[in-house]
Amino acid sequence: MPVLETRLDAHGAAFAVNRSAMEAALAPVIALRAAVEAAAQASRERYEKRGMLLPRDRLALLLDPGAPFVELCAFAGAMRYGDTDGTGAGAGAIAGIGVIEGRSCVVVVDNFAVKGGTVTPDGLAKKLRLQELARENRLPMVSLSQSGGANLSYAHEVFIPGGRGFANQARLSAQGIPQITVVHGSATAGGAYQPGLSDYVILVRKQATMYLAGPPLLKAATGEVATDEDLGGAEMHTQVSGVGDYLAEDDADGIRQARAVLAALPWPRDPVPVPFEPPLYPASDLVGVVPADPKQPHDCREIIARLVDGSEFLEFKPEYDAATVCGHVRVEGHACAVIGNNGPITAQGAAKAGQFIQLCDQAGVPLLFLHNTTGFLVGTEPERAGIIKHGSKMIQAVANARVPKLAIVVGGSYGAGNYAMCGRGFDPRFIFAWPNARSSVMGPAQAGQVLRMVSEAKMKAAGAVDTAKLDALEHGTAAMMAEQTTALASSARLEDDGIIDPRQTRDVLGILLGLIATEGQRQPRSNTFGVARL
Amino acid sequence: MSFDTILIANRGEIALRIQRTARAMGYRCVAVFTPGDAGAAHVRMADQAVRVPSYLDAAAIIATARATGAGAVHPGYGFLSENADFARDCAEAAIVFIGPDPDAMALMGEKGAAKAAALAAGVPCLPGYQGADQSDATLLVEGAKFGVPLMVKAAFGGGGKGMRLVQDLDDLPEALERARSEAAKSFGDGTLILERALTGPRHVEMQVFGDRSGHVVHLGERDCSVQRRHQKVVEEAPSPAVTPELRARMGAAAVALAQSCGYVGAGTVEFLLSGDAFWFLEMNTRLQVEHPVTEAITGLDLVEWQIRVARGEDLPLTQDQIELSGHAIEVRLYAEDPAQGFLPQTGRVEAWRADSALRCDHALREGDVVGASYDPMLAKLIAHGPDRDTARRQLIRGLEATVLQGIGNNRAFLASVLAHPMFAEGQADTRFLNRDFAQDPSLTPRPPDPVVLAVAAMVLAGAPRARFGFTNGPPPCLTRRFASGDSVASVTFTLHPDAQAHLTDGTQVQLLARGESDVRFAVDGIARALPCAIRDGVVYLGDHILHDVTLAPPDARQSAGSGQIIAPMAGVVIAVSVAPGDTVTTGQTLAVIEAMKMEHPLTASLTGRVESVAIQPGAQVAARQLLITITPEET
Repeated sequence: MPVLETRLDAHGAAFAVNRSAMEAALAPVIALRAAVEAAAQASRERYEKRGMLLPRDRLALLLDPGAPFVELCAFAGAMRYGDTDGTGAGAGAIAGIGVIEGRSCVVVVDNFAVKGGTVTPDGLAKKLRLQELARENRLPMVSLSQSGGANLSYAHEVFIPGGRGFANQARLSAQGIPQITVVHGSATAGGAYQPGLSDYVILVRKQATMYLAGPPLLKAATGEVATDEDLGGAEMHTQVSGVGDYLAEDDADGIRQARAVLAALPWPRDPVPVPFEPPLYPASDLVGVVPADPKQPHDCREIIARLVDGSEFLEFKPEYDAATVCGHVRVEGHACAVIGNNGPITAQGAAKAGQFIQLCDQAGVPLLFLHNTTGFLVGTEPERAGIIKHGSKMIQAVANARVPKLAIVVGGSYGAGNYAMCGRGFDPRFIFAWPNARSSVMGPAQAGQVLRMVSEAKMKAAGAVDTAKLDALEHGTAAMMAEQTTALASSARLEDDGIIDPRQTRDVLGILLGLIATEGQRQPRSNTFGVARL
Repeated sequence: MSFDTILIANRGEIALRIQRTARAMGYRCVAVFTPGDAGAAHVRMADQAVRVPSYLDAAAIIATARATGAGAVHPGYGFLSENADFARDCAEAAIVFIGPDPDAMALMGEKGAAKAAALAAGVPCLPGYQGADQSDATLLVEGAKFGVPLMVKAAFGGGGKGMRLVQDLDDLPEALERARSEAAKSFGDGTLILERALTGPRHVEMQVFGDRSGHVVHLGERDCSVQRRHQKVVEEAPSPAVTPELRARMGAAAVALAQSCGYVGAGTVEFLLSGDAFWFLEMNTRLQVEHPVTEAITGLDLVEWQIRVARGEDLPLTQDQIELSGHAIEVRLYAEDPAQGFLPQTGRVEAWRADSALRCDHALREGDVVGASYDPMLAKLIAHGPDRDTARRQLIRGLEATVLQGIGNNRAFLASVLAHPMFAEGQADTRFLNRDFAQDPSLTPRPPDPVVLAVAAMVLAGAPRARFGFTNGPPPCLTRRFASGDSVASVTFTLHPDAQAHLTDGTQVQLLARGESDVRFAVDGIARALPCAIRDGVVYLGDHILHDVTLAPPDARQSAGSGQIIAPMAGVVIAVSVAPGDTVTTGQTLAVIEAMKMEHPLTASLTGRVESVAIQPGAQVAARQLLITITPEET
């Protein structure tokens, strides 16, 4: 394959400016993560007194030490649903794809140490997303549960999606994807069904409680007085009710047993990676590729050159349209096709991308979209060229391509360009954002201007134009939109699976493409109704 | 007497050592072995090998020599090497015994007679009693004559057995009794001698050699003052305390003694040295364990000399022709743990690589299982340098570079001894280990260094490899627990990309590379390597044997049961063996129920006191009925 040459000067002034901007964008992401950790650490003493491990420590024990862990949706819920300090980031759970006993799994650890681990609508959306990942990628799902239950302030918003979570569990079981749950704390009412619907349930002695109604509600409802342990303790459930399958002595023992259960299953181990060439240019350059000023364009090939094996890129139709870049690459030995933006999507570009996507679908090559688009080109000429027709064609191709799609938002992702480049609405297998990313239906400045013009027209019709009011409207709208278009804001809304440091992009892609490549080796034994606890 | 085949009546390193020279001189070598040694190195290296019931079975060994056509027997050291009867049996069977004549051996084998011979030859001896009257009364009277400190010794003993140092005459009766019983048990003869003891002497011995023409020479001295319980730990030649003039005097005394008893072959005359005065201690009529230091400084092969003398030749050199060059130090590598009171260690040799810059006499192979049947000496390491300090440094560095994994051993202790300022200055006498070295850290158990545990944790997890420790989330904080010996130690670190561990104390450890048998890592930027092997999930790292117990199942006995003993099914109680107030331990049978034609014992789920018993024999019980309650023991 042809090798990409770079024009990036990693020692130049422009690079330094770009890097500063990228690091400035990364700083709040890191700060937010640290704040969540600090909040958890603050409760360490309290939980250690009760013999409990903090969620991160549980996770570290659960995973094979040193094996890669791709954390997902770590910023879901930040500054939403009553979260005023950002420590709601993660929406009550630490989750991702990690390796247990040599097998990649979706793992979910309830973050009870922050805000009691209550479930907000974002928390629920995150769990549904993780179930989707387990289903699509055929990965066992391991949960370490200890939840405060639904956040009742948002009861109506979690009621119906909560039901979907249970339905998903039943369907995963039927699909033959094992679900292993360790209950480390309380699992009440709806929360009791999460372990209840898991294939394997491990209960921690003197910590786990599972019941439909806890002692206070029971007393209120029927007058019966019962202790936690009698009503739903680990011993009762493993010895009497049979709701639990394994009794653990403490957190670590429960985690040991979860690993042992997984190890006992004839589930294929992750294969040994195939040999591959590293890119010719260092990953560290990736912080300096994207211009600090979003109005300045950059060549997406500079990014591709730093993500793909040997920096080799077989470009498709390079002469046909310069703004939409398509071509074949390999990432850590896995064949992959890249679509990137070097400008707005034109009619020609849309046609080229649409054709390329169909070719990849035909050949079974996973697609990687590198978003940096202000959208489809507008104007008389594009409209005459049938931009809507061609854009629709590209969108059809993206939506219907049967191959796995990965997306990274490396810059802007505006308007219908987000759709054409496989934004969240198009169900990419995975989608991540760089910290500088901006996603919105239109640019904040443009939105402000549009509102101003519409209002100005109304004012003119009414006979009095208030310029100050128009200024405030324009700038207010732009500022509000700008705040909502940041990577953190998008990630908080679960519009992506997480924000990643640009330098980690190739690693993350390598891990995920590896999962996709080996998907066929995981052949779950499906049945009709899932496995019931008889 | 002509022979072309030599039977070596020994095992281990000395059997191999003798084979090496014998083979170089063109002799065939016959090995003997006991059932446990069938796969041992001395068996595999020999031209022929024959199983015998024991290395002490003289008849079987002579029969083997006959059957294999061996015209000579080399006894090595230990076992039959100083057994005069065996030497006589060999002579009767017309087999050359490579060693002194039986009479000289017998004379020197009895301490009292040897001392008398030494006095007769004009060799200075410590005042003492070596009479035939062994009654306690006589010994107490004689002891009082010499006063304390007084040494009680088995007349036929050696190696520190049957030996007692008395500091107070009131302790003498008990010392006599103990020494006598030990001597009787170990040497088959309870005869004792008494001797005035010295405070802090040096142990200096002269290597002598005699031939059948009556020539006797000495090959200089060896200083074996660094001893533990009369077992030599470090041996060196020449002695830092011996001047050429003193050497000449001690040599002359040793030669005189050897000549007086018509000594043939290799022998060692041991002296106690204090200042420039010396006294005869005993004579060993065999090749010594520590002979390599003499070989190093003389450039001679002592086994070759033994064989040449045994086949009737005169000594190859005269006293004037023997020159000493440089300085040699030997240490004995033992399968014993200095940090646990030198407790003998057993195990499987996972890795064994002696430093190539040293002479190493050994018979160890990777995969060998070292048991408790024989002497726990694993190897001897010998350095030879132009001067003492060079030899000492070479040996310390060589010990550090030597790899022995799988068996607890005294490697670190030996290096500490050599590095001790008192030894470095040549001032270590026989009190050194007990007095000056007693506080050395190598004598107390220390939990493995957290750096070592972090390296073990990473190596066990497969580091270094691509993307080890990668995450897009916060770096994970790992706590891994390892069992090492009887104790458990843990390390906590955050794991960063590229196999970097940041320990809680701020130390940064990065795994750099994993070789076939070692691991390279950097500690705060300083790279080093440790030998490393993983077998059956156990990490052998440096001298440590580490079992990851991070996720070991909890000890069932420690997990508190509910204390409620419930009928597993409906049945009839046929026995109740406890009453309220009884103390019971986990697993103890409390009652038996008969159901479905089977007896079901009910056992205590925890250790504690029986609170209540709700059943008696003959009672019908229902499934899940509460029968007995135990309250946990307060600890």
